[in-house]
Amino acid sequence: MRNFIILIFILITSSLNANEWEDRQVFSSGESTQSLKILSSTDTTFFAPIIKSFLEKNPNIKIEYFVTGTASLDEIFRKSPEQYDLIISSAMDLQLKLVNDGYAKKINEIEHPSWAKWRQSLFAFTIEPAAIVLNKKAFKNTIIPKTRQDLIKELRSRPTFFKNKIGTYDVRKSGLGYLFATQDARTSETFWRLMEVMGGLGTKLYCCSGDMIDDLVSGKIAVAYNVLGSYAEARQQKLDEIEIILPADFPTNMMRTALVSNLTSRLRLSERFMQHLLENQTEKKVNGTHSLPPLFLKPGQQTIILEPALMTYLDKLKRKTFIKEWERAIIQ
Amino acid sequence: MTNKLQVSGSLRNRLMFTLISGAAVLGIVLFFIVRGYAAQIAQNGQDDILEASLSSILDAVVIQDGFVEVDFPYASLSMLDTELDDRVFYSIYNDGILISGYEDLPQTEKNNTDTNTFTTIKYKNTNVRMASAKRTLIGEKERITISVSIAQTQDALSRTLNRISKNVALFGSGFFILVTLLSYWATASTISPLMRLATSVTKRGPQDLSPFEKKVPSEMYPLVTSLNKLMTRLDLSLKQSEDFIAEAAHRVRTPLATVRSYADATLQRVSKRENRDALRSMVRAIDEASRAASQLLDHAMITFRTDNLQKELINLNALIQNLIDNLEPIAEMKDIKLKLIQKDKIELSGDFILIQNAIRNIIDNALKYSPDDGVITVTIATNPEPHLKIQDQGPGFPPEDLDNLKSRFKRGQNSNGIVGSGLGLTIAQDVANAHEAKLTLSNHEKGGACVTLLF
Repeated sequence: MRNFIILIFILITSSLNANEWEDRQVFSSGESTQSLKILSSTDTTFFAPIIKSFLEKNPNIKIEYFVTGTASLDEIFRKSPEQYDLIISSAMDLQLKLVNDGYAKKINEIEHPSWAKWRQSLFAFTIEPAAIVLNKKAFKNTIIPKTRQDLIKELRSRPTFFKNKIGTYDVRKSGLGYLFATQDARTSETFWRLMEVMGGLGTKLYCCSGDMIDDLVSGKIAVAYNVLGSYAEARQQKLDEIEIILPADFPTNMMRTALVSNLTSRLRLSERFMQHLLENQTEKKVNGTHSLPPLFLKPGQQTIILEPALMTYLDKLKRKTFIKEWERAIIQ
Repeated sequence: MTNKLQVSGSLRNRLMFTLISGAAVLGIVLFFIVRGYAAQIAQNGQDDILEASLSSILDAVVIQDGFVEVDFPYASLSMLDTELDDRVFYSIYNDGILISGYEDLPQTEKNNTDTNTFTTIKYKNTNVRMASAKRTLIGEKERITISVSIAQTQDALSRTLNRISKNVALFGSGFFILVTLLSYWATASTISPLMRLATSVTKRGPQDLSPFEKKVPSEMYPLVTSLNKLMTRLDLSLKQSEDFIAEAAHRVRTPLATVRSYADATLQRVSKRENRDALRSMVRAIDEASRAASQLLDHAMITFRTDNLQKELINLNALIQNLIDNLEPIAEMKDIKLKLIQKDKIELSGDFILIQNAIRNIIDNALKYSPDDGVITVTIATNPEPHLKIQDQGPGFPPEDLDNLKSRFKRGQNSNGIVGSGLGLTIAQDVANAHEAKLTLSNHEKGGACVTLLF
């Protein structure tokens, strides 16, 4: 019966709201007296355990969880910041710009390492690598490449095999894809060489990691570049079809971040959820694993730094120039 | 000397107040100067970074295929990262048209020169420091002007300033406390010569009118000089008046003696009763006058001699025996018996004439107040201390007068009808003081006055 009510509820609200959600779910415990709206780019399956454990500790709360892509998330939130309480996204640059532009609430009570927060408003809660994911079948007889250079060599050596069998983010649509690409580009020129090689072979462009991994598993593509390692790992546990490579030349590590809307009307509850989220992601679990990669920095590991420079590639002119370059390389 | 001196403030408090308030003012001024200076340095630091960021953006401006491209490096914004994660805003204008950045970020008005300008403005409800500059490029067809502004919030800067302010305030308070302690010490040491002078004036005896000769600070020199001059004048005028009294007494005594001898001679010749009575009254009055004159002379002599004591060894027993022998005839006239008890022998060093004079005055007094057929007992003893006691059987001292009887010209309230000037006890007291002896007056239990000289 309850599911039915929830369903009706969803139908009504979604008809009122023109946004097209990738997913949308309502979690509640007991008689809900308070509700919290979370706008997120993280797939529900990964985030649901965190919400559920929060509800166990805090009954009588309803949590609405909206999922959309990082770029549209930014757009939706900027349009109506009073509609949502918590914003969770993997696009660090967009999140940081939201804080810089004054959309986030300062939460002074939270204690968090300084490298994992910005302005006491933006809090990181995962560390996730950008990975090269391969279909094992395609690399049966050759050495599996460990770096971007290796990959370039491999692609060049078997151009007919890899024709139209490579995938990567469409940086024009995906905020996270744009972040990964710009960070790669600023680190090394190898990125542009790889893009040109990929463009020459014909590359499929994806909006999201999920779709890319789907196609990889089904064999539609053999190589996916800059996929979210955590999503791929989740799939790898189920089927042994894919190989995840963290490039040894320079790894790119992203942090998923959360912020509380400056215009939230449920500040105390939002703060409590934030506290819960950060605790959940920083505590060492004896039994079971985190549904999302925890916030543990391995020795020598480096992440994309939370600093104003993240806004560099969000600059209109810079973005235009970058996209132009990228298109010139990948779409041939 | 009855009107009380008015007290108006205190030199020490005034000095302390001046020093401490001076230190407070100085401390506050110093605080603002240091804080302002620190603020300027901190601001310069922020300006330098903003300027570097600004020029790195301007350097990246190129015209490609007729379009303006600003491919500024990652470092342009990266260098603006601060400890407190300050927010960063920027805007890029091409001939006044926004081509990138924050459109609501105000542009600086004075865009007249090529130099960079720095302003502090209010943006998004917070203070931001903004640097602006422009660059002119010559394209294929036209000249274009690119102006760039980059602004940063001042959270880290204010924290630094607050830290500095706190430290400076702490130093300032320490400095103030130190100055307060120092000014207390300085005040005390400045005031102390004045206090010493006051103490030494207070400690002086009533007759001591000698000038102050100790070293004094230059500021006190005029005061002490004036004081010394005043005392010299006072001393001089005192001496003059005493000389005058002595001179007057001396001049009066001789004519009085002449008048007395004439009165005596006339008394022998007249036989009428009322005439004889009148002459007797006259003789008594003359006696009184001449006695007063001689006491005044004695006193003047004593004042002079006490200033220049001529000490010798005196046998007190012999001195008193001699005195009593001389006074015996006068005592016999009143049927008074003079009894000398010599328990011990006393020898002392002193001015013979002064001591003789003093004791004679005491015995004279006793003779005057003693009733007829009375006994005056003079005792010399050394137990418990060497002393001389003269005791009569008269009415004794009025108890309420015991304290001021030793002053000059003071006579007891029961002295009516008795010849005297009131100088007797004063002379005795002055002599005792000059010899560091003690004169005490008391009344005997069985009646009669008792004068004791303790040597």
